[in-house]
Amino acid sequence: MFGKLTIEALPLYSAIAAGGAAVTVGGALLVALVLTWLKAWKYLWTDWLTSVDHKRIGIMYIVLALIMLLRGFIDALMMRAQQAMALNAGGYLPPEHFDQIFSSHGTIMIFFMAMPFMTGLINLIMPLQVGTRDVAFPWLNAVSLWLTAAGAALVMVSLVIGKFSTAGWTGYPPYSGIEHNPGVGVDYWIWAVLISGIGSTMSGINFMVTILKRRAPGMTLMRMTPFTWTALCASVLMVFTFPAITVACGLLALDRVAGMHFFTNAHGGNMMNYANLFWIWGHPEVYILVLPAFGIFSEVVATFSRKRLFGYESLAYATAAIAFLSATVWLHHFFTMGASANVNAVFGIATMIIAVPTGVKVFNWLLTMYRGRIDFHPSMMWSIGFIVTFVIGGMTGVLLAIPPADFLVHNTTFLVAHFHNMIIPGVLFGYLAGYMYWFPKAFGFELNRGWGAASFWCWLIGFYLAFMPLYLVGLKGMPRRMETYNDPTWQPYLMVAALGAVVVLCGIVSMVVQLYVSIRDRKLAADRTGDPFDGGALEWSTSSPPPPYNFAVLPTVGDREPFREAKKNGTAYRRPASYTPIRIPSNTPAAVILGGFAFVLGFAVIWHIWWLVVVSAIAMFITVIARSSDDHAEFTLSAGEVKRIEDERFRQLGGRA
Amino acid sequence: MSEHEREETETQEQRNLGFWLYLMSDAVIFALLFATYAIMIRGTDGGPTGKQLFDLNNAALETVLLLVSSTTFGFASLSARTGNRGGAIGWLAVTFLLGVGFVFLEVREFAGMIAVGAGPDRSGFLSAFFTLVGTHGVHVTMGLLWILIMSAQIVLKGLTAPVVSRLYRLGLFWHFLDIAWVGIFSIVYLPGLL
Repeated sequence: MFGKLTIEALPLYSAIAAGGAAVTVGGALLVALVLTWLKAWKYLWTDWLTSVDHKRIGIMYIVLALIMLLRGFIDALMMRAQQAMALNAGGYLPPEHFDQIFSSHGTIMIFFMAMPFMTGLINLIMPLQVGTRDVAFPWLNAVSLWLTAAGAALVMVSLVIGKFSTAGWTGYPPYSGIEHNPGVGVDYWIWAVLISGIGSTMSGINFMVTILKRRAPGMTLMRMTPFTWTALCASVLMVFTFPAITVACGLLALDRVAGMHFFTNAHGGNMMNYANLFWIWGHPEVYILVLPAFGIFSEVVATFSRKRLFGYESLAYATAAIAFLSATVWLHHFFTMGASANVNAVFGIATMIIAVPTGVKVFNWLLTMYRGRIDFHPSMMWSIGFIVTFVIGGMTGVLLAIPPADFLVHNTTFLVAHFHNMIIPGVLFGYLAGYMYWFPKAFGFELNRGWGAASFWCWLIGFYLAFMPLYLVGLKGMPRRMETYNDPTWQPYLMVAALGAVVVLCGIVSMVVQLYVSIRDRKLAADRTGDPFDGGALEWSTSSPPPPYNFAVLPTVGDREPFREAKKNGTAYRRPASYTPIRIPSNTPAAVILGGFAFVLGFAVIWHIWWLVVVSAIAMFITVIARSSDDHAEFTLSAGEVKRIEDERFRQLGGRA
Repeated sequence: MSEHEREETETQEQRNLGFWLYLMSDAVIFALLFATYAIMIRGTDGGPTGKQLFDLNNAALETVLLLVSSTTFGFASLSARTGNRGGAIGWLAVTFLLGVGFVFLEVREFAGMIAVGAGPDRSGFLSAFFTLVGTHGVHVTMGLLWILIMSAQIVLKGLTAPVVSRLYRLGLFWHFLDIAWVGIFSIVYLPGLL
């Protein structure tokens, strides 16, 4: 009846694991209680969970990302604490538990923090920047969100029922095979990644069609904002590389469930094929995450330098070049596999070539700032911190691209330091810059600058303290993922790294305080114009938050910075002669229901509850058929209603109009 | 053309592009399964090889059924375009039967192999074979379900613009499966036997 699921699945094997489960369950109960106390369930359901509005979906993605950032960071803090004390079997975590923590840290930070954060920001801003009323497929967009949420929920549930994978975020066989890993941990990992990966593929399709087909009249490709360019290139990569992780995880699942031999040691299996499949997705994934962040930096640097972006066309071409090259370098993740020297050389050189277009971008940002009138808004601080830190990470990357050098530091903490040195400034700093830059657009009031700056400095200093020692101890030969070690000369480095994690914690606390203070003082920092930073792109031409239809009259574009041009010519904030009715997609519970069944399906496969697999699959199928047979999934906002909303907007604008 | 009709046409165009992108994404899945199959051909673990297991007559018959079903689907599309409801449903029914025949032959082949101890858990080679060919078979089965749903929509709603537009995308899907099958025939069955 319940497959492999028994009472044994509860995490009573250690006090720390039970504590983690208690925090998870307690947190969920607390949120439920607060919602009940606020009587907000109905509002949450009708206005948010069933919404197909790209702005709301974007906000929900970002909320998911921030929650998962907390979870992933707690994992990081626990690992740093363990390694700081782990000399000669010291520390407080058993190996089995430590392995789960580094596996969930990586899985969460990539799939359930970075991916939703990026997808959320693109959802929130890109349709506004291209001057359209929504993405091409609003309901599919909601499905993507809820599939991602279902995957995240599976990772969270593994804290309470059963165990998570111990095979790292990459899940390499044969260790992740059924022979060496008979528990449910790897299955949790597989199904969380598979379900959310399908959501990401569909997001990519949605964004591509939106950008290619729904741009405002006059917006040629070379008039798109840098963020839209990077969103387009990242979406191309999402559509064409996510199938690889689907295949890698799917085949691993077949090995585990159906006794197949794709990646097994014996019976004709080939485990290195997994490494290839995984990284055919895995390397482009780095650029899926980093390109949109590059786009955000480009917007932020231009806005807060009070200048146009330097070398727009070179930036667009560099973005496309990086996207293309990113699909040609995957083998550098396993130079030690045993491919011939020539194969390694080809991939090593391809890897180094990527540094060229990336370097072009660094000069774009530097020369945009040159002789600019720089406003040190927190978004700008994240951007400058990124440029400096990212260049260091890039140089260690070029070092690792040389196969003989890579052999020496393969699988050491030098590598861990390198990729955190790329992803923390290159991805997270970018998204946080975007979060602080576009927050007023989403909610109608600005975030507190002081706490934003505090958060930035803690993150930056904490980052250097946490990862520079890992470069050094990696050069001394410390392998990654060590639960214990017996070389006393490593410990001082690991203690500094743990201190760094604590400083980063201060940065996260500052972010929470910033949010609290900003909500408390929202009346003081209200954004009544919709254009708090004197921006040039179209998203600043609407109100903050924008109306459900974004633009009462779709804009016509004749410039790269259409709104700046309009402000200069005096055509901004002009009232149209009349309004027309606008058709808007209706909210639907189908997407959130589908996500719920996807979660049940994943859970049932993990625990081998086969009848439930069949039931949830049929339920998903029926939900999709019912929704996609509906020809009238939208409603019309009358011209009078549009006029009422716009009149309110112009009243708020006051003198500007 | 009214504002409403223009919006409707644009919506369908966007859906078509989106569906093309999905197909290309699916093509990457097939490409990786083909690559996996190619590197696992020799991973037979001392068990049966393709030469011992494959039956060219069966594969040829499957090919005929699938390719003819693509032609009959083409007739269904033409009927739909000229507003011939009965013709569209009739040709969809023929397509459906040919597709069912294909799936039947494939299931029979799989069952026969499993019966002689050459199932997907026998060797890496057979895992790759069953997964590649089976993934195509699952796609065909999904296509069959979709044909049923579209037939029901034609009966209930008539050949309205959204229905014809969905039928167009089903056609893309169905023809795409032909291309994938031509790959399977040329990479799996022919080299396995020659």
